[in-house]
Amino acid sequence: MDLYVEGVNKTYGHGATAKQVLTDTSLVINSKQFVSIVGPSGCGKSTLLMIMAGLLSPTDGHIRLGDRAVDGPPLGLSVVFQDYSRSLFPWLTVERNLAMAATAYKIPKAELKNRVEHALHSVGLEGSGSMYPWQMSGGMQQRVAIARALVVEPTVMLMDEPFAAVDAQTRADLEDLVLRVRAEYQVTVVFVTHDIDEAVYMADQVVVMAAGPGRIVANLPVDLPRPRDQVETKLDPRFSELRSQVFQLVMRPTENRG
Amino acid sequence: MNTSVGQSRLGFKVHRMSRRLSTVWLLVLVFAVWEIYARLDPSIHFPPISRIFDNFRTVWLSSDPRQLFVSDLFVEQAGKSLSRFARGWALAIVIGVGFGVLLGASSTLARMYNPIVRFFASIPSTLLLPIAVQLFGIADNMNVFLICLGSVGVIMINTCDGVAGVDRMWIRSARSLQLGRLTLYRKVIIPAAMPQIMAGLRVSLGISLILMVIAELYATTVGLGHQIVIAQTSFRYLDMWSAFVVVGVIGVSLNALFSVIERRVLRWQRRAGLDAL
Repeated sequence: MDLYVEGVNKTYGHGATAKQVLTDTSLVINSKQFVSIVGPSGCGKSTLLMIMAGLLSPTDGHIRLGDRAVDGPPLGLSVVFQDYSRSLFPWLTVERNLAMAATAYKIPKAELKNRVEHALHSVGLEGSGSMYPWQMSGGMQQRVAIARALVVEPTVMLMDEPFAAVDAQTRADLEDLVLRVRAEYQVTVVFVTHDIDEAVYMADQVVVMAAGPGRIVANLPVDLPRPRDQVETKLDPRFSELRSQVFQLVMRPTENRG
Repeated sequence: MNTSVGQSRLGFKVHRMSRRLSTVWLLVLVFAVWEIYARLDPSIHFPPISRIFDNFRTVWLSSDPRQLFVSDLFVEQAGKSLSRFARGWALAIVIGVGFGVLLGASSTLARMYNPIVRFFASIPSTLLLPIAVQLFGIADNMNVFLICLGSVGVIMINTCDGVAGVDRMWIRSARSLQLGRLTLYRKVIIPAAMPQIMAGLRVSLGISLILMVIAELYATTVGLGHQIVIAQTSFRYLDMWSAFVVVGVIGVSLNALFSVIERRVLRWQRRAGLDAL
């Protein structure tokens, strides 16, 4: 199912203090694509993602998932937030956190148990279901958050700077993990990050945004071969080329427009 | 290697012992001074502490394990008091948490009811005693009503503040999971507000115990408070003091029990380092 962003504006506040964070934003995310959204802080990339998730309503414009309008969190769409400690529920075990994500889907008990086990296996946490999130490292908690997103077998997974709070080594592991599970679950991914390398390394398509007011300035296809590899892919001259192209767009969006 | 480990373990034991000593030495000193003073200058009002404990043992304790080593008098009097306390406090919890969640969930309701709730919560609960007696007479329900009325306010206020202050990120996370309203409250908002709910319960536990005794001092024919008044007015000061000990032991035990439950319920909060939230 394709995800459509159509003519979205978002303004916070009214009158003289009104602040426009997104202006006239349109975007099509094709089914099963991996799309990175990259841009400087304040460009409205997270706001755009929250609007796509149905967690914020746009001031103008609308979001469609397939042929259904999104006016609240839709079924078949999962979100992975940046701050895992405040998105997982620490009073529940890992298993129960995952099961809770499936409440709205009314999955039969036995099937749910399988799915929870499978999702934990996919993120490399098999056998950790009875642990509590706070017994785990940050990287493991973010794996739980990814498993929680996958357990409902979504068509779209939205990720909001998911690895901003983990160390570099863990970050690389998690990047490859997301690429693996995305292939396994055949899920469309929209991945917001401020890290240009990460945006290019992961994606089929990089959307570059600029600030003041937030807008899309470029939409580049990434023609690097898959499967990606942390060493091989990053040595590819094409990777450097795309990377510097995105870098320029992020740093000097106006000069490169059009 | 081994000796250093042994030494540090010994050091740890000494440290732990000195910590234990520091928690009891003042109590021992106070008891000792009391005992010496009471023996040097005998007075009917302040019997020696050893005689108080003797009296406590013979009057309130027994050797019957089936009765948990307490006497018939204890079962009869403290049992009555505790039953009033349990009914009053339980009722206060149900009403306080219930309405507290409603007020915390709706800022309109909170604006409407907050002045009323806070006004009644600020009235010293003991002032409600005459009203309670008016309403229920000298009956069991009077005690239960007073305990409930006196402790419901603090539970309600804490629950309301806890629910209203739940981290927005958790609510956003729950919304993204498309949880229904009931599940949202049962599985996310109430657990997240639990630290403050428990804080309210702890304060109300103390209030309930005070009101339990106060109401019995004033108007009743059975219960620990009544025992104290009877002993006092018939000049049985030793019995009066040993009834104090019973009240104290019950208070300490209930607070200790509450701490155990609180630690269990809020384990996630301390472990997750989310105390600051």
